[in-house]
Amino acid sequence: MSPQQMTGAQALVESLEHAGAEVVFGLPGGAILPTYDPLLDAKKLRHVLVRHEQGAGHAASGYAHATGKVGVCLATSGPGATNLITAIADAQMDSIPMVAITGQVGSSFIGTDAFQEADIVGMTMPVTKHNFLVKDAADIPRTIKQAFHIASTGRPGVVLVDVTKDAQQATAPFVWPEDLDLPGYHPEARPHLKQIREAASLLLSAKRPVFLLGGGVLRGNASAEVRELVDLSGAPFVTTLMGRGALPDSHPQQLGMPGMHGTVAAVSALQRADLIIAIGARFDDRVTGRLDSFAPDAAIVHADIDPAEISKNRTADVPIVGQAGEVATALTAELRSRLDAAEQDPRDYAAWWQMLDTLRSSYPLGWTETADGFTAPQKVISRIGAISGPDSVFVAGVGQHQMWSSQFISYENPRSWINSGGLGTMGYSVPAAMGAKVGRPDVPVWAIDGDGCFQMTNQELATCVINDIPIKVAVINNSSLGMVRQWQNLFYDQRYSNTELNTGHGSRRIPDFVKLADAYGAAGLRCERDEDIDATIEAAMAINDRPVVVDFTVSADAMVWPMVPAGVSNDEIQIAQGMSPEWERDI
Amino acid sequence: MNSTDSVMRPNTQTLSVLVENKPGVLTRVSALFARRGYNIASLAVGPTEHPEISRITVVVDVDQHPLEQITKQLNKLVNVLKIVQLDPRQTIQRELILIKVGADNASRTSVLEVVQMFRAKVVDAATDAVTIEATGTQDKLDALLGMLEPFGIREIVKSGEVAIGRGGRAITDRSLLG
Repeated sequence: MSPQQMTGAQALVESLEHAGAEVVFGLPGGAILPTYDPLLDAKKLRHVLVRHEQGAGHAASGYAHATGKVGVCLATSGPGATNLITAIADAQMDSIPMVAITGQVGSSFIGTDAFQEADIVGMTMPVTKHNFLVKDAADIPRTIKQAFHIASTGRPGVVLVDVTKDAQQATAPFVWPEDLDLPGYHPEARPHLKQIREAASLLLSAKRPVFLLGGGVLRGNASAEVRELVDLSGAPFVTTLMGRGALPDSHPQQLGMPGMHGTVAAVSALQRADLIIAIGARFDDRVTGRLDSFAPDAAIVHADIDPAEISKNRTADVPIVGQAGEVATALTAELRSRLDAAEQDPRDYAAWWQMLDTLRSSYPLGWTETADGFTAPQKVISRIGAISGPDSVFVAGVGQHQMWSSQFISYENPRSWINSGGLGTMGYSVPAAMGAKVGRPDVPVWAIDGDGCFQMTNQELATCVINDIPIKVAVINNSSLGMVRQWQNLFYDQRYSNTELNTGHGSRRIPDFVKLADAYGAAGLRCERDEDIDATIEAAMAINDRPVVVDFTVSADAMVWPMVPAGVSNDEIQIAQGMSPEWERDI
Repeated sequence: MNSTDSVMRPNTQTLSVLVENKPGVLTRVSALFARRGYNIASLAVGPTEHPEISRITVVVDVDQHPLEQITKQLNKLVNVLKIVQLDPRQTIQRELILIKVGADNASRTSVLEVVQMFRAKVVDAATDAVTIEATGTQDKLDALLGMLEPFGIREIVKSGEVAIGRGGRAITDRSLLG
C-alpha cells in the first residue's frame, strides 16, 4: 500500500497522535493556521485553547510533571513563539519532557523581517535540549518522532519544532519512520560496576552518610528502586526542592529539604556528612550555599543520567552515570551481597543518628504567631495539605508560598509536588496546575499561589472554566511580593521598595480576587481569620464543577525560616532572624 | 581572537569535534561556548571526506574550566558525533596566515629575507607593500610576525588552527552516522 498523501499540517497532527500525545495546549495565529484546521478533526488529540502562550507552555510542563508523559504546546510564529520562551526555559531547567511546536513564516520569507517573523530556533537554542526548523512537509513525521524521543529519553528536556507555513501547506506522503536517524544522540548509559562497588564500600565504611535525592529520582520514575536502597542502607536521606515526594515525608530516615530554606537536620546532615550519595541531584547553589564550604568532610558519590552534571559544581569522588533506578538497583544488589557475606554488619551509624535525631527534635519546622495578629500563611498551607490529603497534587508559584508549600505539606507520593525550581518562574502555578489537572483529572489539584504570581497568569482561569478543568487556587495573599519583601526586611534595612501590591488587609484590594474569580465564572471564596481556615478549605474541596479561587489574606510580615542567606556557608543557617542553632549544645 | 604575543598564550587544548553537516550546527557549538563562559582561542570549521560530516577544530582555554566539563557539554549537543582531544605530541597542528606588510624599495629585500627564512611566500606585491602567505604552528607564525613587525604590519588574517593526528588511523568514520 502506498503511503497516504496529506498536507504537512495533517501530517503534524497525525504525527503527534503517533507519538502518543493526548493533549496539546495552544493558541492559533497566522503561521500555524494550517495546522489548526486538521486539529479540528483530530480524533485522539485534545486541544486546550489557552489565553496566553506562556500559559500553554506551563500547562504542558505541569501535565508532563504530573503524568511523566511528554507535554505538548503549540503557538504561532513571532510573538506567539517568543511568549513560549519563559515556559520553555522553565521546563528545560527542571528537566521536564516537553515538545513545543511553533509555526514559522513561509520559508521564502525567512530572513526578511517578515510580519510576525522571529528566529525562534536561534532564540531557544540556549534553553532547549534540541530544536529543529522544518521547511519540508516530508520531514515533519520524522522530526516529531525525533523530538519526542529526545525530550523523553536520557535527561528529559524541551525540544522545539519550528515548522514553516509552506511546509504545513505542502503535500507529501505520510510515513511514520521506523528509525530515528539521530547518530549523535546516545542518552542511555549503564552504571559502571566498578563505581557501584566503590560506592558500596564507601557506604559501608562511612560513619556519617546521607543520601541527597533530587528531581532525577522523579524524572526517572525511580522512587521504588531508590526506596529499596535507602531502606536497606539505614542511612538518612534528604529530598531537594525538585525531589520532594520522591520518597515519603513520613519515612523515618527522611530529614526533609536541604538548602537555603531547608530543615536544620537536612542542612546539618549534609554539612557534617562524611559521605554524600547524590542521586539525580545537581548540587545547585540553592542547595550548597557557598560551594567551597559545602559539606567539607564528605566524599561524594554522584549518580546522574547527565554526565555533564557530575563534577560540574562539586567534584565527585565516585562518578556514576546512569538512570536513577538502575543505579539504585545495582547499588542495592551490591550492598545486599556485601552485607550477606559479612560476618558482622560493618555499619556504625548509631552516633550519627543520635545527632540527627537530636537536631530533628530540637529544630522541627514551625512558625511563630504573627505580630500583626493576621493569619500566618504557613498555617493556611499546612491546613490545605492536611485536609486535601496526600493523594492531591500541589502546584506552587515562586516565592515565600512556594517554600512554605515545600516545607509544610507532607508529600507521600511521587509527582504530588510541582513547582518551578530552577528558573523560579513567578506565574507558574495556575497554568501548571491546569496542565496537571488535565493529566490527572481524578485527584484534587491545588494551585498554591502568591498574590504577585497569581496576577501574572490568572487569565488561564478562563481556560479552566471553559474547558472544565476544576483546579483549586489558594492565593496566599500577603499583599506583597513576599520573598522580595523578606530580603528587603533582612538585607535592605526594611526599605520596602516596590513590593507592596495592595491586594490584602487594609489595602485598596486591587484587584479583588473574589470578584475576579466571579468575573471568570469560577467560585470565589475569601478567608481572613484563623477560625475560618478549615471551613473555607472544606468548602473549596466541595466545589468540583468549576475552578475555585480562595483569597487567603494573611500577614505580610511572616518570613521563611530556616534560612541560609545567599552566598554564605550552610553553617550559617538561621532558624529565625538572628538565631542560629546552638551547635555546641546540640552536637 | 588570537594574541600574537606568544608569552601570554593561555593554557590551551585542541579538540577535533565531528558534527553533522547541518544548518546551525556551528552556531550551536559556538553559542554553547559563549553561554557556559568557555574561552575559545581559535576555531576552524570545514567539510571532511564524508559530505554528511563537518569537522570543527577548536582550541580552548582550559584555565577557567576543565576540559572534561567542556567535552561533556559539547557531547550533549545532539548534532555532535564525536570529540577527540588531540595530544600535542601526536598531532600535526597548522594555521594559515596572510600578512600585508610595508615593503618599499628600501626595505623590500629585507622583508623577502624574512619570507625565505620562514619558508613563507609572497602572494601579492605593490609598490609600498607585499602580502605574505605562511603556514605553520602558532609559535612559528608568531615568530614570523615578530620579524616582520619592524617593517610595519598593515593587516593580518588567520585561518584558525587545524589539526590532525599522526599515523595511519582516522578519527572520521562513516559508522559515526549510525
